[in-house]
Amino acid sequence: MAEVKISNYTMNFGPQHPAAHGVLRLVMELDGELIERCDPHIGLLHRGTEKLIEYKTYLQAVPYFDRLDYVSPMSQEHAFCLATERLLGLEVPPRASYIRVLFSEITRILNHLLNVTAQAMDVGAITPLLWGFEERELLMEFYERVSGARLHAAYFRPGGVHQDMPAGMAEDIHAYCGRFPRFLDDLETLLTDNRIFRQRNVDIGVVTREEAFAWGFSGVMVRGSGIAWDLRKSQPYEVYDQLDFDIPLGKNGDCFDRYLCRVEEMRQSVRLIEQCLEKMPGGPVSSTDRKIVPPSRGEMKSTMEALIHHFKLFTEGYHVPAGEVYAAIEAPKGEFGVYLVADGTNKPYRCKIRAPGFAHLQGLDFMTKGHMLADSVAIIGSQDIVFGEVDR
Amino acid sequence: MDETLKQLGEHVAGAWPDDVLGTRMSHGELTLDARVAGISELLRFLRDDAACAFEVLIDICGVDYPERPQRFEVVYHLLSVSRNQRIRVKVATDEATPVPSITGLYPAAGWFERECWDMYGVMFAGHPDLRRILTDYGFEGHPLRKDFPLSGYVEVRYDEEEKRVVYEPVTLTQEFRRFDFMSPWEGAEYVLPGDEKAKGNA
Repeated sequence: MAEVKISNYTMNFGPQHPAAHGVLRLVMELDGELIERCDPHIGLLHRGTEKLIEYKTYLQAVPYFDRLDYVSPMSQEHAFCLATERLLGLEVPPRASYIRVLFSEITRILNHLLNVTAQAMDVGAITPLLWGFEERELLMEFYERVSGARLHAAYFRPGGVHQDMPAGMAEDIHAYCGRFPRFLDDLETLLTDNRIFRQRNVDIGVVTREEAFAWGFSGVMVRGSGIAWDLRKSQPYEVYDQLDFDIPLGKNGDCFDRYLCRVEEMRQSVRLIEQCLEKMPGGPVSSTDRKIVPPSRGEMKSTMEALIHHFKLFTEGYHVPAGEVYAAIEAPKGEFGVYLVADGTNKPYRCKIRAPGFAHLQGLDFMTKGHMLADSVAIIGSQDIVFGEVDR
Repeated sequence: MDETLKQLGEHVAGAWPDDVLGTRMSHGELTLDARVAGISELLRFLRDDAACAFEVLIDICGVDYPERPQRFEVVYHLLSVSRNQRIRVKVATDEATPVPSITGLYPAAGWFERECWDMYGVMFAGHPDLRRILTDYGFEGHPLRKDFPLSGYVEVRYDEEEKRVVYEPVTLTQEFRRFDFMSPWEGAEYVLPGDEKAKGNA
C-alpha cells in the first residue's frame, strides 16, 4: 500500500465549552488525537479593569478586584489594599489583620473546593461538584454575614476591613471548622483512590522545576512540582508569620499532585482559621485615621467633623502620595500582585494586575504538547483557570 | 532586607555601569532604571548571576506618561525564589523605538510582551509572535494609553436584520460624566464655571 501523507488537523475548542472554565478559545493542531500545538485565544472577557481603575478613586477601585477572579474575591481585594496601605504608610490594627487572614483562608477553601470538584467534573465525575457546591454555599454564608454579599464582597478596604464580624459568627465558623475535615474525607473517598480519576490525572501535564520557573508559574503550580515556595511563609504579610501551618508539596508535578496539594491546603486553611479565631484580639477593625477610613454611621450623625470626613471620603476620596509599589499575596491560584503607581491625586495613575492564571494559561501549550485531546481538559482543570483574572 | 537590596542594587550597577542609569529604594523595593538597548543582557545577568538569581519573571507591564519625550515605561518585575528577593527594572521608550524581546531568556515574557504591545503599542524586537492578546480580533488603537478615551471608539451589538454582530461608533445616550471632586481652593487645573466672564470684562 502506498504511504499516505496525513496532514495535521486544526481544531477549534470553545469559546463555549463546559470544560473551558469560562470563555477560553483554543486553536489546536492535532495529529490524530495528539495535540501538537495549542494556541489559547484569550480576552473574550476583557473588561478593561485596569483602565477603569485609573478613572476611579482608590476606594471605588476595590470592588473591581472582586470581579477579577470571581471564585476567590477577597484575596484580590487584599492585594490592592496592601498596595494602597504601603503607599499611604497606613498601619492595620491587629484585629483587622486576623479577620483578613481568616477570610483569606475561607476564600482559599472556597476556591479550592470549586477547583478540585470542577477538575473532577472535567474528567467525568459529577457528584463531587454537587457536594462541593453545598459546602461552598455554607462558606459564602459567612461572606454574606460579614459583608452582605455572597460573592462580590468589597469587604477588605484600605486601612482594614469594612465592619466587625457580627456577634456569634466566630462560634459558627468554629463549628464549621469542626465538621469540614469530615467532608474533605468524604470527598477524598470519591476521588483520591478513584481509578478513573487517577488514570485521567496521574502523569498528565507534568511540569518540571525548571519549566515552572521559566514560565513564571506560582502557587500550587510550583508546589505541585516540589518547589517549596509560598508567599505566606517566605514573604509573610499580615499575621501569617505568627500562625502555624504547613505547605504541602507535590513530587511529580502532574495534575494528580496538584489535586493532592489543593486538598491538603484546604486542611491547612482550616488549621489557620481555627488559630485566627483563637488568637483574634479585640479592638478596632480598621485604621482610626479619619483622613483615610470613614467614620461609623452613628458617629457621622452626631458630630460635624465626622460628617465632613464622610462626605469628603466618599466624593473626593483620599489622596495617595506619589510613588510606586508592588504588593503580592498568595492567592489560592498563585501569586496575585498589584503594581500600583500613584501620582499624588485621588485616583491611581496605573494599576497593573498580575494575575497568576495569565502565566499559567500561557504554559498550556507546552503542558498539552504530546497529550491526547481529552487530557487538555484535565490540564486546564488542574491549572485552575478563571477568566475573570486572565482577561481582566 | 533593605540593606541587602541596596547592596544588590550597587552590585548590579557596578557590573553594568553603562546600562544601569540609576538605582532607587522606595517602600522597601529596589528599582533599577536601565537603558533600552541593554535590557536583554542586563536581565540575563540578573537571572544568571549567583548574587541575583532572579529565575522567575513575575510581570512585564507598560506605563504611559504622555508628557515625557519617551512616553512609555516598560516595567519588569523579577523574583528570586532561591534568594527570596524582588527587583523592578524599568526602561523608557516611545512609539517608534522597539524594546528587545526577552522571550529567549524567560519564555513567560511571551504573553506579557504581547499584552504590553496590545495595551500601549510598545514594540518588542525579536518577539516570535507579537499579536494582540486581550482586545478583539481586528481592534484598532491601544486602550491603556492615556489619550485613549475610557468609552473607546466602537461598540458592538447583534443586528437582527443582518444576522451578525455589527460594529458602530460609540453613542452615549447621556454625556459621560466625569465628576471632579478636587477642591477648588487647592487650585483646580481647569477654569472654574463663571471665571471665564471675569477675564472677558477686565
